[in-house]
Amino acid sequence: MLGMTAIAVVRLHRLFGVVILFSIYSLLSASIFVALDAVDVAFTEAAVGAGISTVLMLATLVKTGRIEKRSGRHPLLPLVVVLITGAALIWGTQDLPGFGDPLNPVHQHVADRYIEQSPIEIGIPNMVTSVLASYRGYDTMGEVVVVFTALVGVLSLLGFSGSRGEKSTARGPNQPTPVLQVMAIPLVPFILLFALYVQFHGDFGPGGGFQAGVIFAVGIILYTLTFGLDEALALIPVSVVRIIAALGVLVYAGTGVVSMLSGGAFLDYSVLAKSATDGQHYGILIIELGVGLTVAAVMILIFFSFYDKAFRK
Amino acid sequence: MSELFSLFNYWVVVFLMMCGFYTVIASGNLVKKIIGLNIFQTSVFIMYISVGKVTDGTAPIVSADFSVYSNPLPHVLILTAIVVGVATTALGLSLVSRIKDAYGSVEDDEILDADSDERGSK
Repeated sequence: MLGMTAIAVVRLHRLFGVVILFSIYSLLSASIFVALDAVDVAFTEAAVGAGISTVLMLATLVKTGRIEKRSGRHPLLPLVVVLITGAALIWGTQDLPGFGDPLNPVHQHVADRYIEQSPIEIGIPNMVTSVLASYRGYDTMGEVVVVFTALVGVLSLLGFSGSRGEKSTARGPNQPTPVLQVMAIPLVPFILLFALYVQFHGDFGPGGGFQAGVIFAVGIILYTLTFGLDEALALIPVSVVRIIAALGVLVYAGTGVVSMLSGGAFLDYSVLAKSATDGQHYGILIIELGVGLTVAAVMILIFFSFYDKAFRK
Repeated sequence: MSELFSLFNYWVVVFLMMCGFYTVIASGNLVKKIIGLNIFQTSVFIMYISVGKVTDGTAPIVSADFSVYSNPLPHVLILTAIVVGVATTALGLSLVSRIKDAYGSVEDDEILDADSDERGSK
């Protein structure tokens, strides 16, 4: 099914259909992730792939036109290149270890330690969260900085000032549609509430800062899409969101500095409280909060700039 | 036969990867190229996650009922990669948007033509 959707995405020339199919494709791959035990990943993929990237691509299409021009180039050459590369890769898989085998090399290195020691050392049940926030805290901090940098790039490219435009443009999304608004009103608060649940329950169940940030942003995006950008800007001013985006990174890195000042290594949370597991627990909560703040603010701002670009100018 | 079937996950990955690759090199439309890149990216995600799966394992959340867990490390890597992926996609789309402003087109041959015209007129 995933393959079929992918083929359809490749073949279609109407880009609107392509984007919607891509959204379905993301949802399908999220269900595959669930089947493969990666609930945290599935969560993220469903919110990001089926939600945010679809909206961003649609906003770009408003600007760039929704029909792909049929190019005069012959598709044979790329097809041959792809077939040869694919064949080489398939041939290469012969040497790879089989699916699901517990003796695979990938399970031999540090995974055992994570699985056996993390409940004792960190004291929280969700291993994905403890690996994400504690064992590989440097990595995750890097990712947060990358997300933040992407925001800086988007803002400088699209030049979104956050000023409220005059309400003259008679494009569809700027005209309030009462049916959608009535539907959105009960949904938005629950989406935001769910985001908070995901944020703070990430230690015990699937969830955490990345998912929560994305889901929170989706709530705001739904509000913006139904009520218009001006209403949303009145609700959350851009200057505040900008500060929050930077604040999240600061909270993350600041936690590392505080643990250094308390006598540990950078991002070593064990020193933050009297017992090591308590310290780990606090540290993870705080940096997940930082991640959530940054991701939510970045996604909201990126969406605002795309929406602004698509419908205002 | 079961040995052959145990490599099925890689074949799915390769197939999706090639779909994405084909879109990137065969399509002239920049938005569609970005979608192709995204498909390519998802295939890599699926590869990592499927490598982390252990037969009869369960999601890596400690519970008294289970003793075999799938490998949490790939999950962590891919989880962050997805969010970074959407951020970079947004960056790419905003570049496309600016290219549309500057050239009035998002088809790569038209953009190249516009570039060579400009150079010819100088």
